[in-house]
Amino acid sequence: MNTKNREKLDSLFKLIFKVTGLLTILLLGGIFVMLLSNSVSFFLKVSPIDFFTGSQWDPETNYSIFPLLVSTGLVAMGSMIIAVPLGILTAAYLSELAPRKLQMILKPMIEMLAAIPSVAIGFLGIVVLGPGLAHFFGIQNGLNALNGSVLLAVMALPTIVTISEDAINAVPKSHREAALALGSNKWETLFKVTIPAAMPGLIAAVMLGLGRALGETMTVLMATGNAAAIPKGFLDSVRTITATIAIEMGEVPYKTTHYFALFAIAALLFLITLIVNFIGEYFANRLRKFHS
Amino acid sequence: MRAKRLLNYFNWLLLLGSTLCVCLFLGIILWDIFSKGFSSLSWNFITAFPSDGMTKGGILPAIVGTILLTLITTVFAVPFGVACAIYLNEYARPSTLTSIIRASIRNLAGIPSIIYGLFGLALFVQSLHFGTSILSAGLTLGLLSLPYVITTTEEALKRIPNSLREATLALGVTQIETIKDVVLPKALPGILTGVILTLSRAAGETAPILFTGVAFYINGVSASANQEFMALPYHLYMLSTQHNAIVQVRPLAYGTASVLILLVFALNAIAFYVRYKNRTQE
Repeated sequence: MNTKNREKLDSLFKLIFKVTGLLTILLLGGIFVMLLSNSVSFFLKVSPIDFFTGSQWDPETNYSIFPLLVSTGLVAMGSMIIAVPLGILTAAYLSELAPRKLQMILKPMIEMLAAIPSVAIGFLGIVVLGPGLAHFFGIQNGLNALNGSVLLAVMALPTIVTISEDAINAVPKSHREAALALGSNKWETLFKVTIPAAMPGLIAAVMLGLGRALGETMTVLMATGNAAAIPKGFLDSVRTITATIAIEMGEVPYKTTHYFALFAIAALLFLITLIVNFIGEYFANRLRKFHS
Repeated sequence: MRAKRLLNYFNWLLLLGSTLCVCLFLGIILWDIFSKGFSSLSWNFITAFPSDGMTKGGILPAIVGTILLTLITTVFAVPFGVACAIYLNEYARPSTLTSIIRASIRNLAGIPSIIYGLFGLALFVQSLHFGTSILSAGLTLGLLSLPYVITTTEEALKRIPNSLREATLALGVTQIETIKDVVLPKALPGILTGVILTLSRAAGETAPILFTGVAFYINGVSASANQEFMALPYHLYMLSTQHNAIVQVRPLAYGTASVLILLVFALNAIAFYVRYKNRTQE
């Protein structure tokens, strides 16, 4: 091949690569436009006030996202109450205390936990955790918000542990040495110096874990009982936004109000996860800058 | 002094206890599924078709369906994702456009998988008229996997020292030839690790295939791209929630869960082997 052809080929490939880069913007734009246009079709038929303030999700008559939103929030909040302390303390143990050999065992275990498909975790919610909760609380059915929270906590833990560990490792050694030199012991150093210094990274960890919990479908679909009413507590059955889409999208006729309604709740979920992930990324970037 | 020692002990217990608790979760999951699943695993279970209304027989079509689905995902997401990563790492200068592309990729990675399912339904099934088929589902999973393929490939490309690129460029070789003959071969193990890990995630996904082509039962195995298909995760979901003889099929559900987890772990093991091999060679 002569030089001219080689150069032509070079610029051709440069163009191809660039187009694939631009297509990622198009993909995000496409998802956004799809959600937006279908939501607009929905809001032409149902008023936004009813959508946000009503109290019933009852397709064909009442389209109110409120009970779904409360359910989603409740399950996600419960999962964070469990996963945040566990995740951060585990990360602290891994980076500050665990001997190297133990680390070599624990880290792959956390990666294994992350690899388990969500449907398998949901399955355990039905066969192990559900009956367990029913027995413990003396209720008839263990498929409720608490069940979903525990399972989502298990799913968010690997994310929280991994990022928290990076954050704690990123705290300069000199901080710890200064604290120890001033006479604080190992624990005072950990809780009063290292963990506060790692805070931006820990916030990133929690936010990205929360993003995962909010968007998870299969575990909550299988383990929370799917009653579309406003829950009164963790022992009530709930139905999240994701589970509602999963249950109803398969049955609904194309381009009906119900069809558009499911896109509208998806649009709201998209916005919520976008904001949560954005906050997470903001703090994760600060951590990255700190690293370099 | 004594109170302080007690407090130290308590702190130590708190950290260790949390770690053990996380390990316990993994232990319970694996113990429950494998201890009850292994008894249903047999050669017949993985090579036979379901029979008697799904209450007996094997899960061959679900295994084949998941493998074919993952292949379609690979064929779509890998070339696309690698090309995009090459653009970002080898060509793109820091500019507004580049940062918009990067922001898009980060956002795509955070979108809930069920929304990819909706997008696949609207784009592939309805607008492009692919129907509910293994093709639509594979492409949907491909879109979902794309940001992960791009990110892991870029990480792999970043580890290749710039001096290698500069050396070939100085010899008068064009940039695409440098990428093809120097950068990519060197980055291949890293790219492969990322790709296999991404695919192991895609193989276990259920939400994006719910409305794009998965079926609880098909006659035979899916032979063409426009047919519906069976998949392991969806099979597990149906057996454990929707089947009308739910208690009777529980052993089958445990068996399916075991096969699914073994498949995902096997892919992970391959990825870690490739990474390990690569690290020790360097």
